Amino acid sequence: MTFSESYRDPELVTKTIQRIHKVTTQSWVIMEICGGQTHALMQHGFDELLPHAIELVHGPGCPVCVTPLELIDKGIAIAQQPDVIFTSYGDMLRVPGSEKDLFSVRAAGGKVKVVYSPIEALQIARNNPDKQVVFFAIGFETTAPANALSVIKAKELNLHNYSMLVSQVRVPPAIRAILSDPNNRVQGFLAAGHVCSVMGYHEYIPLAQKFHVPMAVTGFEPLDLALGILETVRALEKGTSEVVNAYPRGVIQDGNRSAQDIITQVYESCDQKWRGIGTIPDSGWKLNTGYADFDAENRFDVGKIHTRESEICISGLILQGRKKPFECPAFGTLCTPENPLGATMVSSEGTCAAYYRYHRGKK
Amino acid sequence: MDRHIQNDQSQVSFENASCPLPLHHHDHIVIGHGSGGRMTNELIKQVFLAHFKDPQLLLGNDFASLLPPECKQGMGRLSVSTDAHIVKPLFFPGGNIGKLSVSGTVNDVAMAGAIPLYLTASFIIEEGLSMQMLEKVVASMAETATQADITIIAGDTKVAEKGSVDQLFISTTGIGWIPEGRMINGQSAQDGDSIILSGTMGDHGIAVLAERGELGFSTTIESDVAPLNNMIETLLLAAPHTHVLRDPTRGGVATTLNEIAQQSRVNILLQESALPVKKQVQAACEMLGFDPLYIANEGKLLAFVPEAESVAALEAIRSHPLGNDAAIIGKVVPLEGEIPRVLMKTLIGGTRIIDTLSGELLPRIC
Amino acid sequence: MCLGVPGKIIKIYDENSIRMSDVDFNGVTMRVCLETTPQAKVGDYVIVHAGFAINLLEENEALETLAMLDEINKLGEEQE
Repeated sequence: MTFSESYRDPELVTKTIQRIHKVTTQSWVIMEICGGQTHALMQHGFDELLPHAIELVHGPGCPVCVTPLELIDKGIAIAQQPDVIFTSYGDMLRVPGSEKDLFSVRAAGGKVKVVYSPIEALQIARNNPDKQVVFFAIGFETTAPANALSVIKAKELNLHNYSMLVSQVRVPPAIRAILSDPNNRVQGFLAAGHVCSVMGYHEYIPLAQKFHVPMAVTGFEPLDLALGILETVRALEKGTSEVVNAYPRGVIQDGNRSAQDIITQVYESCDQKWRGIGTIPDSGWKLNTGYADFDAENRFDVGKIHTRESEICISGLILQGRKKPFECPAFGTLCTPENPLGATMVSSEGTCAAYYRYHRGKK
Repeated sequence: MDRHIQNDQSQVSFENASCPLPLHHHDHIVIGHGSGGRMTNELIKQVFLAHFKDPQLLLGNDFASLLPPECKQGMGRLSVSTDAHIVKPLFFPGGNIGKLSVSGTVNDVAMAGAIPLYLTASFIIEEGLSMQMLEKVVASMAETATQADITIIAGDTKVAEKGSVDQLFISTTGIGWIPEGRMINGQSAQDGDSIILSGTMGDHGIAVLAERGELGFSTTIESDVAPLNNMIETLLLAAPHTHVLRDPTRGGVATTLNEIAQQSRVNILLQESALPVKKQVQAACEMLGFDPLYIANEGKLLAFVPEAESVAALEAIRSHPLGNDAAIIGKVVPLEGEIPRVLMKTLIGGTRIIDTLSGELLPRIC
Repeated sequence: MCLGVPGKIIKIYDENSIRMSDVDFNGVTMRVCLETTPQAKVGDYVIVHAGFAINLLEENEALETLAMLDEINKLGEEQE
């Protein structure tokens, strides 16, 4: 059984939300860092069902949104080169670079292909030995094993026409950066369930203790979200800084060791620029020396890239949970999903895009 | 059928010269089939007229001259619609481009409350297309036309050089009569109207995506492509004051409802728990990050019916083989503020806005 | 980042030296890579993301949580 239906049961969800109401005695600010959770919370209309005292803020959990603009510009430049087949998860195609997006590269004759899995990209490399196949390897820890495995297999199978443009980001350093900021308002976290499925949640325990911020490992169905919020609020009300696993059917404390081994075989830690936030130390992964040959940044010379960010975009403040989308003067007017100015509007999981789709005009 | 010669005769080009010898049998469309000469005639006779048998077509003129039949309920107005059909792959579970080109236009004409009567069909064929494939498409169109009780009365054929067209494009124009007294259009939704969806969402879109094989999944879902005019007559007998009819094709139910809300300047409130969707379609959408509300349908309609007639309307649609899974999915409510919106009460009791589809539907990992 | 959906493994095979499987989601079959879950067998439930099984689904945990919730709701008490 997959239990998806049980974890969507409206009656169970309602009863759990009632329990949240019962235990909440004061205001709390809780952040989730997961584009999928932002999407799910919006999709089900959670905000109006929770007690007003609980403020849900959305952190930098959308890998599409936090991919540096320079890298997107590089990807677009590579995609325009002859004899290149540029492959990517669907999310990235709509993200505009400083001048254009991958859609327009495709319209102009460039070979840009959406893949649902990096295995597909490998297959394309196998079927097109005379072309360079580049895969845009973005993602958090959830996607890292899949991305990493593709270069392991490329090396094993001598697919030297395969390479990856990498933007891998990690959640715990982002949490550390947010909590270390003197203006931080976040008091509790919902930890991303599928990130923890891969990595486990042992990294979060010292973070929770150091900053006195409780966390609940949370899933994605409505009942999972309600339980994650309930556990976080209970811990806040008790004054504890524990990490509770509210998604035990998908997560164990040590995570998936095989997946972690695949990651460490291929990647090493690096400082990473997060669009809208800046550089967070040790918050990313790049290909290690053993696999550096497969790094598209090394393989392609795209010349000088002139990157231009919008001056009026306040994505950084939104990603840190310090401002809401409707507090931005450009929200819904100059800045829309069709014409995004910055990181948080570019992907449907970005906070501004999610608000635009599900909430515009409600507040 | 149109007899104009396709090729530019001002420059000598041996490439496009049509063969003067009457070759009677071809496995594939060649450029000569589009020349307007003997080969074109043979193609028309052997493939198109073998299936489209309207007497007007058989006369061999460049036009059809028609005396429309008397409409029992009065002369009324014309309903005319035109559509181009590009689908990949040409054949998919439950249908093909031929069935789609007939059903799609018949449905558009019928959504005015019209009785569809005639269709024209224009074919742009890629050089090299197999004759067998073309025959199958044409036969399917004839079958669908019979099912819809309409006749194909005029057509055109062009052959394009290999690579300039993706196998086959079909354009159809439909004409129907709207009986006197029927006023069904997108501007007529009214506060209190019940909104009926005639069956499960997303079947066509998912069936086509699966058949393309690009996203690594397979299903037994079939396209719902079908002409709906018969079902509409059944509905209008039971609910003669129906205000709006529209088929939610590209962009899905969400986009179509937004269009109607804009045209009528009303708000719409949906109930998520009432939306009919097959388990497989729901599963495929979840896997790829799609929402069934945005996936194309080709054999479903949305009906806005005054509340007093809604039960009768629902029963009528459900009694028809194409409407067994019909459900009332929401209602029209007064506009709040300036901008018409489609809202939905979620499974857990929250509310969210259902926006129009923006851009292309892309699978996501987030 | 986390679009992950649970499904049941119905077939496991090797394809171009990569361990692949057919996973069933309510009648939809998807090709899923099992290199990240080498211990998975036919009949197991996995969580699938980007065409990969990122972990096994722990059925008994799911049942336990539901049973616990059922218990709490029946008693109608708070155990805070």
